[in-house]
Amino acid sequence: MHGVLQEIKNICSILVHKKLVYNRSDEVGIVLFGTKETCNELAKELGGYKHVTVAHEIKVVDEGTSQALQNLPAGSVPGKVLDAIVVGLDMMIRKFGNTKGKRRLCLITSAQHSLRDPPEGTKEDQVDTIADQMKRHDIKMECIVFREPGVHHGAVMEENDRLLYQFRNRSVAKVVQVDSPTSLLGALKTRNVLPVTVFRGDLEVSSNLRIKVWVYKKTAEEKFPTLKKYSDKAPPSDKFASHEVKVDYEYKSIVEPDKVVPPDQRIKGYLYGPQVVPISSAEWEAVKFKPEKGVKLLGFTDRSSILRHHFMKDVCLFIPEPGNTKATLAVSAIARAMHQMNKVAIVRCVWRQGQGNVAFGVLTPNISSVNNVQDSFYFNVLPFAEDIREFQFRSFSSLPLSSQPTEEQQEAADNLVKMLDLAPPEREILKPEFTPNPMLERFYSYLDLKAKQPDANVPPLERCLKRITEPDPDIIDQQTPFIQNLGKAFELKENPKKKKGRTQDRLAYTAGDQSKSAAEPSVEKDGILAVLYPPTENIGEIRDLNPVQDFEAMLAKRSSSTWVQKAFEEMQKYTTALLENSRDGDNYHKALECFAALRKACIIEQEPDEFNQFLTKTYERLKNGDVANFFQLLSSKNISLISKEEAPDSDVTEEMARSFYLKQEAASQ
Amino acid sequence: MDLDPEGIFRDDSDEDDDNVQEREANKEMVVYLVDASPKMFTPAFFQADEKQETHFHTIVNCITQSMKTQIIGRSYDEVAICFFNTKAKKNLQDLAGVYVYNVGDRDPLDRPTAKLIKDFSCIEDSFMDNIGSRYGITAGSRENTLYNALWVAQALLRKGSVKTISKRILIFTNEDNPFGAITGAVKTDMIRTTVQRAKDAQDLGLSIELLPLSRPDEEFNMSLFYVDLIGLDGDEITEYLPSAGEKLEDMTDQLRKRIMKKRRVKTLSFAITNDVCIEVNTYALVRPTTPGTITWLDSLSNIPLKTERSFICNDTGALLQDPQMRFQMYNDTVVKFSVRELSEVKRVSSHHLRLLGFKPLDCLKDYHNLRPSTFIYPSDEHIFGSTRVFVALHSSMLRLGRFALAFYGNPTRPQLVALVAQEELTSSSGQVESPGMHMIYLPYSDDIRYPEEVHLTSDDAPRATDEQIKKASNLLKRIDLKDFSVSHFANPGLQRHYGILEALALGEDEMPDIKDETLPDEKGLSRPGVVKAIDEFKASVYGENYDQEEAEAASAKASRGDAAKKRKAITDAASLKSAAYDWAELADNGKLKDMTVVELKSYLTAHDLPVSGKKEALISRILTHLGK
Repeated sequence: MHGVLQEIKNICSILVHKKLVYNRSDEVGIVLFGTKETCNELAKELGGYKHVTVAHEIKVVDEGTSQALQNLPAGSVPGKVLDAIVVGLDMMIRKFGNTKGKRRLCLITSAQHSLRDPPEGTKEDQVDTIADQMKRHDIKMECIVFREPGVHHGAVMEENDRLLYQFRNRSVAKVVQVDSPTSLLGALKTRNVLPVTVFRGDLEVSSNLRIKVWVYKKTAEEKFPTLKKYSDKAPPSDKFASHEVKVDYEYKSIVEPDKVVPPDQRIKGYLYGPQVVPISSAEWEAVKFKPEKGVKLLGFTDRSSILRHHFMKDVCLFIPEPGNTKATLAVSAIARAMHQMNKVAIVRCVWRQGQGNVAFGVLTPNISSVNNVQDSFYFNVLPFAEDIREFQFRSFSSLPLSSQPTEEQQEAADNLVKMLDLAPPEREILKPEFTPNPMLERFYSYLDLKAKQPDANVPPLERCLKRITEPDPDIIDQQTPFIQNLGKAFELKENPKKKKGRTQDRLAYTAGDQSKSAAEPSVEKDGILAVLYPPTENIGEIRDLNPVQDFEAMLAKRSSSTWVQKAFEEMQKYTTALLENSRDGDNYHKALECFAALRKACIIEQEPDEFNQFLTKTYERLKNGDVANFFQLLSSKNISLISKEEAPDSDVTEEMARSFYLKQEAASQ
Repeated sequence: MDLDPEGIFRDDSDEDDDNVQEREANKEMVVYLVDASPKMFTPAFFQADEKQETHFHTIVNCITQSMKTQIIGRSYDEVAICFFNTKAKKNLQDLAGVYVYNVGDRDPLDRPTAKLIKDFSCIEDSFMDNIGSRYGITAGSRENTLYNALWVAQALLRKGSVKTISKRILIFTNEDNPFGAITGAVKTDMIRTTVQRAKDAQDLGLSIELLPLSRPDEEFNMSLFYVDLIGLDGDEITEYLPSAGEKLEDMTDQLRKRIMKKRRVKTLSFAITNDVCIEVNTYALVRPTTPGTITWLDSLSNIPLKTERSFICNDTGALLQDPQMRFQMYNDTVVKFSVRELSEVKRVSSHHLRLLGFKPLDCLKDYHNLRPSTFIYPSDEHIFGSTRVFVALHSSMLRLGRFALAFYGNPTRPQLVALVAQEELTSSSGQVESPGMHMIYLPYSDDIRYPEEVHLTSDDAPRATDEQIKKASNLLKRIDLKDFSVSHFANPGLQRHYGILEALALGEDEMPDIKDETLPDEKGLSRPGVVKAIDEFKASVYGENYDQEEAEAASAKASRGDAAKKRKAITDAASLKSAAYDWAELADNGKLKDMTVVELKSYLTAHDLPVSGKKEALISRILTHLGK
């Protein structure tokens, strides 16, 4: 487990961060097990329960919660899963007793160490006892079992798995197994949404046969949070300022732009071609399409007549009404018959009374593989005739020979498809079910960072999130010959007739929106590949080859003031090193350029003290050493302190600046 | 059309950007050039007990249909309809044999209106009387109606820049040899000038397309003349060849598809490996059609209103320019972000589309869906050789039954996508499914929910027995939709919407009656065989006496009505309490404000009024109710 502690920290932190945004009153506690120390109530009261540490008591989420996750210690003792569950359960029961609320335990474990035998009965009995307790207090558990691929499954692990699955069979837990750090990040639900039905009622097969069903969303996109517009107008002293911005809409006549038309004098106009047809809401209400609420079956058809790419929206799930055995049987019978015959059902749904349109879609069977989960149907919305655009595309077989692959090329492509396999038996990589949203993960960690450091920069994507946006280098390495073959087999050329600049605009993102023109001057010069794979790591340090240019690039980044500060520091460090390592003045020229660049930048940035202090310090330190004559060079080039005239913030007069080297010399003598 | 950088860099909008972009950037102007020679009016199909249909009729139908679609979905596009080989002439250049059709005060080339569609759809009734048909190019006359028609069309398309608007001329004819009637030097001369005219038009950026109609007995021969006119290469001729001798509906279908122009949404770079990066275009083949936008009007004058947006600081009331900072409440503190920082957070990938690997097709589950798919087709416009790589991958994926998993770095919504290779499918009416790949947007772990696990029972869930499944299979066989296709079902809500608008736009009194095609076939469901299958299934799952049991349960429920009783009790208690006061007097003396909220609410409950809001709101509600 030690290898993925970082990911565990990340995923738990995201959970806390989301709670700090959406569910401020939720409470979280953290229990570590397999630690060297022991610290929990049960150990104190009853003894036993060794190596289980309560790292954070159950409390309303705050900064302390995420702090507690910062330094997860690497434990040294085999972890005992059941002990940890009991401690966690005990904490919850102590804290909440029988009060209402949703409670869950999230267990993250590798479950690979043997459990101690309970004082009485078997481990199975112990699991049953715990499960009963959970059920009594309405506590659900999520078990995430992480094992590196290729770990040998010994008897201990199998026993542990069996015990965990026993929890699932007792309907108190959900068990998922993951094998990569990336899927570990996706395995924990970081934001719990209370499931709400879209529809409750009858699935009407005919007027005589109605099956009671409930409809839930199966997929729903978790959106990027909508941030509010910020107003900086409130005085800084106002502690209770909301900083919100109200958006106000006014409707004005085109003819008299000064006159505001009141709401009751407005009427909706619907476009029909160039014509605008005015209709009042009351009129519209009287004539518009008003279907009756209900879900009606049109019939069944072959699965092949439904095209996968016609699925239009997020997916719903039809489950039989909970507790209704006959509905469960009816759904089960139809779903299994559909599955056997490879058929699907076409239905027409009006979820609510007064809905302005019908949803027309397809039910596909979802045969449950778990004993205590009912069979159900997935529902996907299909397009209407109006929604399909029948564009014609040239058939690949009629393409000219120059666009048809040769046998050799076809083979290279075949090999690539075979070898870049993401789903070897039993081990599918990047399963949607376990793939976190890299954009949201990054946002929430940035949000937390920004709360602490308001001028922080956007952090780069973390390594295991990069596995989602880019191919895994390990796989690429393994399959290098095939990949190279593909590159060799095909020849790609840029079209010389198209303007290069535009091509690059089309084919690559340049940094950010505003910086498009200014930030990366290199874009124009480099070839297309360099643009597609920008050398991102380069900016941020000053290298020997072109120090002044690197320095300016850092300044040009300007995405926050820290960059400027960093640029100054780097430059000062670099210049000092140059001088210190200089022999017989070989670095003087470069150092001179650096001094000049730094001085210029300090004037532009209005940071005269930065340069003045640096110059004074360097001078003080080195004036009597080997490089003393360097300062004569500086003096001859008029590179001295920055005076008031050049930068108002400076407290150096022009006179002082001019006589800087002289005076210092005089003083030292 | 050019790729719109705005679309790529656009941020905080969750709108489907495809639609908006299409409407604004890809405006189109079309001139329909319809041959009106007598040959078009000879019956083209001889079928028993069917009305004899002419090619002219087919074309009028197709154009009407496409304008109807256009006025709904793409009403910014402009059309002109122009006949050639006519007796009458009507065009700005005053050329013989060309008639530009128009209605009302619309420009000849303008957006289609309700009246244009309506009048054009019944043009056949009056065509012979008003416009007339004749052979245009005949021996002995020096007239060249085809040349004239192209000239008129080109003149019509003069407005607007070709950079932002795609301009097309569509020629509908069943005459493959328009200069067949003449011979000798006159013929070669005419052909030369006509082809030159077409070339000039194409040089100006107009595209000329031919929609040929074949007769059952003779196939349209492109090589006689039109190959030169349109300037086709050998390869492309096959694409143009219409399938002759097929059913009329197929031809209508074919024409309809051809009339539509393909609109590209975006051009993407698709990085397959680090060195192989190809170019693909995306197309939105399936998108929900929504009723058009609403414009606010002044109800007195029906003049459109313009909306002005202003930003007001909530704390000080000061007027702001569009603020560039955003904030999020986090741990009860304000965390600020600049718009730039936010867009950088969303940029998680440096590529448009990056291949990650391949998976077998059964890894793509039915619930792996969030949005309508996007179609991708290769292009060699900027990177030569793209098509070749794409075709090779496409055929490997089809043969090995795999889809490609890729990361789509769209800055508004970076997402994992499945690229599913689509084989070309054709039927007698032409291409049904185009060759290419469908990009299916996959959910992330946080987007997937597990509602099936919400209502777990401790026992095993009931499963149907084999007998019950057999009965269900029988039911499935009975209620089978043969030849199901989504294109048979029009959206009833949308049809009604536009039906109403059309009626109002044309000033008709009657509201149209739109048939809802999505309703089940009641007649079919009441056939004895179906009823029997349903009854058998019901008996097997629900038991014989289910209806009766159900009725009893329902009546038992109605008599209980726990919630209703409780509500009644509360109201009764409230009216009792409220009766203790003389409300009118309290109100007159202004004493209401001295009463407690509970007391005030008792009045409201007793009189069945809403009890929400602050004390002032309650008082004013009571006063209103008392009529004070």
